[in-house]
Amino acid sequence: MNSPQIEIQIIAVIVAMACAIPGVFLVLRKMALISDAISHAILPGIVIGFFVTQDLNSPLLILLAALTGVITVVLVEFIQKTGLVKEDTAIGLVFPVLFSIGVILISKNANDIHLDVDAVLLGELAFAPFDRFMVEGTDLGPKSLWVMGSILLITISLLLLFFKELKVSTFDAGLSSAIGISPIVMHYGLMSISSITVVGAFDAVGAILVVALMIAPAATAYLLTEDLKKMIGLSLLFGAVSAISGYWVANVLDASISGSIATTLGVIFLIVYLFAPKKGLISVLYRQKQQKIEVSLITFLLHLNRHDEESERHINHLREHINWQEVQARTVLNLAEKNNLIEIKNSVVSLTEKGLTFTEKSLEYIVNNKDEKIEPMKEDFFLFRG
Amino acid sequence: MDNQKIAVQIDDLTAAYNYKPVLWDIDLSVPEGVLMAIVGPNGAGKSTLIKAILGIIKPIAGSVSIYGKPYSKQRKMVAYVPQKGSVDWDFPTTALDVVMMGTYGSLGWIKRPGQKEKKIALESMEKVGMLAFKNRQISQLSGGQQQRVFLARALAQDAAIYFMDEPFQGVDATTEIAIINILKELRKAGKTVVVVHHDLQTVPEYFDWVTFLNVKKIATGPVKEIFNDDNLTKTYGINYKVAVNK
Repeated sequence: MNSPQIEIQIIAVIVAMACAIPGVFLVLRKMALISDAISHAILPGIVIGFFVTQDLNSPLLILLAALTGVITVVLVEFIQKTGLVKEDTAIGLVFPVLFSIGVILISKNANDIHLDVDAVLLGELAFAPFDRFMVEGTDLGPKSLWVMGSILLITISLLLLFFKELKVSTFDAGLSSAIGISPIVMHYGLMSISSITVVGAFDAVGAILVVALMIAPAATAYLLTEDLKKMIGLSLLFGAVSAISGYWVANVLDASISGSIATTLGVIFLIVYLFAPKKGLISVLYRQKQQKIEVSLITFLLHLNRHDEESERHINHLREHINWQEVQARTVLNLAEKNNLIEIKNSVVSLTEKGLTFTEKSLEYIVNNKDEKIEPMKEDFFLFRG
Repeated sequence: MDNQKIAVQIDDLTAAYNYKPVLWDIDLSVPEGVLMAIVGPNGAGKSTLIKAILGIIKPIAGSVSIYGKPYSKQRKMVAYVPQKGSVDWDFPTTALDVVMMGTYGSLGWIKRPGQKEKKIALESMEKVGMLAFKNRQISQLSGGQQQRVFLARALAQDAAIYFMDEPFQGVDATTEIAIINILKELRKAGKTVVVVHHDLQTVPEYFDWVTFLNVKKIATGPVKEIFNDDNLTKTYGINYKVAVNK
């Protein structure tokens, strides 16, 4: 590995981590689309900022462009408040207008401005090491490393300082407001940080992929944990891992780095979506199947419990009585027998002691819907896990 | 009653959404130590009234005072239980953590909750019978348990006045009784409790004070004196007794 390669990877990791933090709160606030709007709408801000500063990494440009991001949010909310259109429509109205103003500004000034629409949309991480931060002739590394490093530091500090406030205003804006932690202040704080991060990351990964860096790590982490702190930690981890593996995928394929990073994020999400232990698709399907069998089991046990007469409990007639298909009947019978809930004597099925208790408890749960009595049963059966 | 302290004083309060008034010129005094129901039909502005008192929405006219001072100066004296449906119960956190949020108000900005806050939260959870569920993820709680968590959070706020928005919505009978017992205990301890309530049948049993609301205030006072057909009819616009006995 040569030093530009290392620099690119460090920048990629820092960009990914800086995006992941606000991303968690955007996902939890169901505002993922807002990041899309911001990332496009800042374009005119960047172009105008570039006219003024002639430097894509200037802090002034970043603030100017971030302001455009916040203005986008204000405009969206303003249109939404008229009550004439819904939020998604308002977003769809605002950001293309601002984005196209940026596109027109670029094409009108194509000769004077070192920006093209491709770079705007996709970014170019590979060029990041060329723009150096020089102080009195000393090379302090790539400028974008300093810019994104500072943004990441600010984001982390704000997160640590205002974690409690972010949490309560995201979970319960009403309470937050009532106890004096203004959700409006938190909202605009988050929007400002998101805008600044997007502007900083824009140069490296472009307007479209920055959205992936914000949303995908958080969405992936959300499937794996039920703890906000862990969700933030996992998002940072997924961001960093995708940044590095994306870089090497790009290296091998000789393809766009940002494209490979976003693809890696997508692949990680897909894997987690399928295999996550609790919320993953496979485990959900498995659980549904189990629940179906267990409901059948209880139906079956209740039937046995209700009927003393042997004819109702004869193994050859059971199927007709409960009106089940053979396979289902076999599965349920096996499950009940395996758990010692029933015994079969002379082809007549009866409840065991254990089966009787289980049936009574189930019945009580179904009638009262009271949780305490069912707690120990939850260990053995999916059905009662809600 | 004359020398009783006033906990909440509302004068000429008007609140609106998009310039359409949902509360119209409300005058209301809530005496200290009452357990008061706010009743009225859907869209009567019951939740809005609470939100306006707590500054969650800005009234377009009028004023609210809590023990003689504006709400913004008295936040720590007030606890709030929003409607259960107003939050996302899939939020990644535990029951204990939600109850801890009740202590955030007295902590103020930036300061983090510590052992003292945790102890308060655990005690509050015990009072509502939810201690066993403290580490349960909130989406894994039943509707009644979620409501108890919200109540515990309000208890953790350790306030003088409690505002609750439909705390009995979607809970089973056991939880309803548990909640009303806690509210009665709060009253016994001298607290003031204001509850948006839907079930008219239980008003005389649960509450000692009632406010009839339908965009305007219809009546307010002791349940024994004003909970009658006349006021019910004025509020709901139908002959209530006839409607119920049908």
